Amino acid sequence: MKPANPYLPWEAEIVDRIQETPDIFTWRLRFTDREVARQYGFKHGQFNMLYLYGVGEVAISVMSNEGEELLHTIRAVGRVTRAMMELKVGDHIGVRGPFGSAWPLDVARGKDIVFVTAGLGCAPVTSSIKHVVANRADYGRLVIMQSVRHRNEGLWEPQYDEWRSLPDTQVLLTASRDKTRWPHWHLGRVSVLLDEAQYDKQNCVVMMCGPDQMMADTSRTLVDLGVPGESIHVSLERNMQCAVGHCGHCQLGQHFVCKDGPIFTWPQVAELMRVKGY
Amino acid sequence: MSDMRYLHRADLPTLFSAIREAGYRLIGPREETGQGGLVYREIDGVEDLPQGVRDSQAPGHYRLVKTGSARCFAWANTASAIKPYLYAPREKLWRAVRKDGRVHFEAVEREAAKTAILGVRACDLAALELQDAHFLQGAYVDPYYKARRERLLLVAVNCTHAADTCFCASTGDGPAAREGYDLLLDELEEGYLLRVGSERGAMIAADLPLQPASAAQQAEASAQSEACARQQQRALPSQQRLQQLDALLEDARWTRIAERCLSCGNCTAVCPTCFCHREFEVPALDGKSTEHWRDADSCFNEDHSYIVGEVVRHGSRERYRQWMTHKLFNWVPQYGRIGCTGCGRCTTWCPASIDFVLEANVLLGLAAAPEVELPHVDGSEAAE
Amino acid sequence: MSAKPRVAIHKFASCSGCQLAFVNMGAELIELTKLVDIAHMAEVGHVLSEDEDMDIAFVEGSITTPHDVERLKKIREHSRFLITMGACATSGGIQALRNNADTAEWMRSVYAKPEFIHSLSSSGAIANYVKVDFELWGCPVSVRQMLAAVRAFLFGVTPPNLREKVCQECKRRGNNCILVTQGAACMGPVTRTGCGALCPSFGAPCYTCYGPAENINVGSFGRRLMGLGLSQEQVLRKFASINNAAPAFSDAAKLFCSEPWMEE
Repeated sequence: MKPANPYLPWEAEIVDRIQETPDIFTWRLRFTDREVARQYGFKHGQFNMLYLYGVGEVAISVMSNEGEELLHTIRAVGRVTRAMMELKVGDHIGVRGPFGSAWPLDVARGKDIVFVTAGLGCAPVTSSIKHVVANRADYGRLVIMQSVRHRNEGLWEPQYDEWRSLPDTQVLLTASRDKTRWPHWHLGRVSVLLDEAQYDKQNCVVMMCGPDQMMADTSRTLVDLGVPGESIHVSLERNMQCAVGHCGHCQLGQHFVCKDGPIFTWPQVAELMRVKGY
Repeated sequence: MSDMRYLHRADLPTLFSAIREAGYRLIGPREETGQGGLVYREIDGVEDLPQGVRDSQAPGHYRLVKTGSARCFAWANTASAIKPYLYAPREKLWRAVRKDGRVHFEAVEREAAKTAILGVRACDLAALELQDAHFLQGAYVDPYYKARRERLLLVAVNCTHAADTCFCASTGDGPAAREGYDLLLDELEEGYLLRVGSERGAMIAADLPLQPASAAQQAEASAQSEACARQQQRALPSQQRLQQLDALLEDARWTRIAERCLSCGNCTAVCPTCFCHREFEVPALDGKSTEHWRDADSCFNEDHSYIVGEVVRHGSRERYRQWMTHKLFNWVPQYGRIGCTGCGRCTTWCPASIDFVLEANVLLGLAAAPEVELPHVDGSEAAE
Repeated sequence: MSAKPRVAIHKFASCSGCQLAFVNMGAELIELTKLVDIAHMAEVGHVLSEDEDMDIAFVEGSITTPHDVERLKKIREHSRFLITMGACATSGGIQALRNNADTAEWMRSVYAKPEFIHSLSSSGAIANYVKVDFELWGCPVSVRQMLAAVRAFLFGVTPPNLREKVCQECKRRGNNCILVTQGAACMGPVTRTGCGALCPSFGAPCYTCYGPAENINVGSFGRRLMGLGLSQEQVLRKFASINNAAPAFSDAAKLFCSEPWMEE
C-alpha cells in the first residue's frame, strides 16, 4: 500500500515483546488503524522504518507478518535501537513500509534452497525459511547455515532443531569464537559449513544476510565452487533514512540500496563491494 | 515552439506586472549587498535587477564587475541555483503528538505560494528536470517538492556571457535553453525576444505589449548564444568517456584531490542537482509533541555514510570520489544522463579552489595535473 | 524531595557567558524548571555541595588549579550524566593560550607574592581529567543545543552529535560564501556546526568558536588563507583562538608556526 505522503508513519502498538538475548529483542506490533493493518502486506526480505517518538527512525527487516501482526527482531546498537529496547508492551511507535526488494522465492521454485546468515542476519530470512518449509514440495533440498560468535548469542535454536528434522533438509550452525564444540555445532566462520552443505550447485538459489565482509567472502567462495553468481542473493545494510530513494544516504555505486535493494544478486554488487570505502 | 516576439526594454515592467497580476510572487536575480554576489530573491521591480553587472568567476572566486551596460542578465549565474525554491534546504515533514500513551502523526503539507522565477539559466532548467526525475518520477512522490513544483512559473533568459567556470556547452545543457520554461527571453541591447513554452507562459505573454521580432533581432540572439558557447574554456568529457571513471576508483589522483579538499560540502550545497538530505527530530522541550525535519545533507559529511558503528566513507578521498563518480558516472543508470549540467558552481564556490572539470579530465588522462597542487601561499588572490 | 531529574550547573575558569546564555533563554527556562530541578547554579544563588547526587551536571569553564581537579572529580562521582558546556570546558578555552607560555615567569612578574598562588601550568579541558558524556561546543553555547541535550536525556537517549562544518549550515541559510565573494578569512570550512552560521549570515567571517569539525584539512585551508593575503603568523592566530587547545587546532597552529615550506 502506498500512502500519499511516503514519509509519514502509521501508529502501531507493541502487543508483545521478547528479550531474545541481552541486546536483542523481538516486538510483535499491531497497527492501531485497523484499515492499515488489513491492507498491510509485505514480501519476504522487505523492511520497515520503525519510528521512536521524539528520537527518529531505523530500518529493520520484517521478520514475519502473522495475521494482522508484524514481527521485528532488533539489536540494540545505536541511539534509536537502544532506547527502543526500553519500551514496554502497550507502548506506541511509528511504522512505515514495507520497502525494498524481496527474496526470489518464486524463481527459486523447484530448486535447492540455501540460506547463509550470520548474527542477526538470520531475522530477514526467517519468513522465507518458513515459507519454504510450509511449501516444502515446491522446492528441492533446503540448506540452512547460520553463524554466530558464541552459541549463547544464537537465536531460536529450538526452531533450527525443528527444521533439522525435516526431510531433505540440512541445518548447519557454527560459533566462530566458542572454545567448546556443542552437539550439532561447528567451530569457525561460515566458511567451515560450506564444505558440508549438500545442494545442487548448478540448480540452487542462495539467500544470504550478514556483515558485508562475510557475504563478499562467501559469495566468492560459492562462485569458485561452481554456483552461478546470478543464483546468489545478498541483503545489504546501508544508512537508510527516507527508504523511498530520495535521501541519497544508502547509495552504493549506481544503486539506491533502499529501493533497488536491499536484496541484490551477487553480480550486481560484486565489484562495488571490492572497493574499500565506496 | 512558438514564434519569437519582441518586448522593448522600456516595457519590461509590464512583464513584472503581468506576472504579479497572475498571482505569483516574483523571484529574480539581485545583488546580495552583505555577502556579495548575485542571488535569486524576491524582487519588487526592474530596479532590483543587476543592470550593468557581470560576474567574474574562477575556482574559489566570485566577484561582480560593473560594465555600465543597460543589460540586466549579462551575468553567468548566481551562487545557488533555483533549487532552494523547489527542494528546500531545511523543511519540516511532519509532526507527532503524544497523548495518553498514543502517538498521533500529522503531515504538515501546506499549499505552496505561486512563485515565478525570472532569469533562470539553461543549466538550471536542465538541473530542475533532473530534480523532477528524482523527486517526482520514481515510485514515490515527494509531496513537498511537488506542491511547489506545480505552482511554479519559469521565465528563463538565455546566457550571453559565460563565466570562466562555465561548461554547459560540453554537457549539452546550454547556453541556450531548449525546453522546460514557461517563457524564454533573449536579452538584446534594446530589449528582449520572447518565446512561449507553456499555456501558463502564454497567459502571461498575452498581457504584454509584444511586437513581431525582426529577422535581424533573431539573428543577433542566436549569434549571442553561439558566442557564449565559444567563450567557454572548460569542457567536460563526453558521457561515454566518463564511463571510464568506473575503472579508476583506486586511482592515485583521488588522494591528490583529498590533500586539498576541505570536505566542507560547499560543492554539493550549491550543486543544482544534488538531492541528499538527512532526517532529524526536533522534539518540543516538554516532550508533548515533536517535529520531523529534513536538512540538505552532503556526501562530504561523516553521517552521510554512517551505518551502525562505522562510517563507510571515512576520509576526503572516499567522499570526493563518491561525489564525482555519482555525478559523472553513477547518475547515468539512475536517471539516464550524467548529474552535471555544466553550471560550474562546485568549482567557483570551492573554498579550496578545486576545479571539478579539470580533475575529471586529469583522472581520464585528458589533461595534465597542474604543477602546483596545493593552494598558492603568495597572497595572489588577496581581495581587491 | 522532587521526582524531577536534578540538574547542576558548575563553573570553573570561564567568563560565565555560557551560564548567562542559559539564564537568558527566555520562556523556555520556565518550561525547563517544570521538567527538571535546577538544584545547583551558583550564578543564580542555588548553591549545594559537590557531594549532592545529580542526574545531569553541566560544567562550564576549564581546569586551572589543583583545587579545580578535586572539585571536578567529586562532581563526576556524583553525576549520572556530565555535559561540558562551551569552549572553555570542552577544549580549555581562550585561556589555554597560556599552555604555550612560561606561566611561572608570568606570575613572578605580576604578583608580589607568587607563592600564594596555586595554579596548574595549563588550562585544561574537562575531558582531560574525567569522563565526559557529551560535549556542547561554542562560545557561548547554543541554548537550543543545551535544551536538546536535556530533552534527549529525558527521552533516555544520547543527544545527536553533529560534527559537520559551518559551511553546511551557512548554505542552508542561502548565504553566499564570503570567502569566495570577498576573500574573507572565514573559518567555516574547519569549524563545527551548531551556531546556525551566525557570523557569516551577517557578512562577518567565522572565527572557530564551535571548535574543529570532523575530517578537517587545516594544511590546505591555511595555505588557502595565505593565498588570500594572510601572513603565516595571521593564519596561526586564526587557529590559535578560542579553541586553541582542541587537538586539531593546536596541530594546525604548530603547522603554521615556522615551517620552512611555508616560506615562499
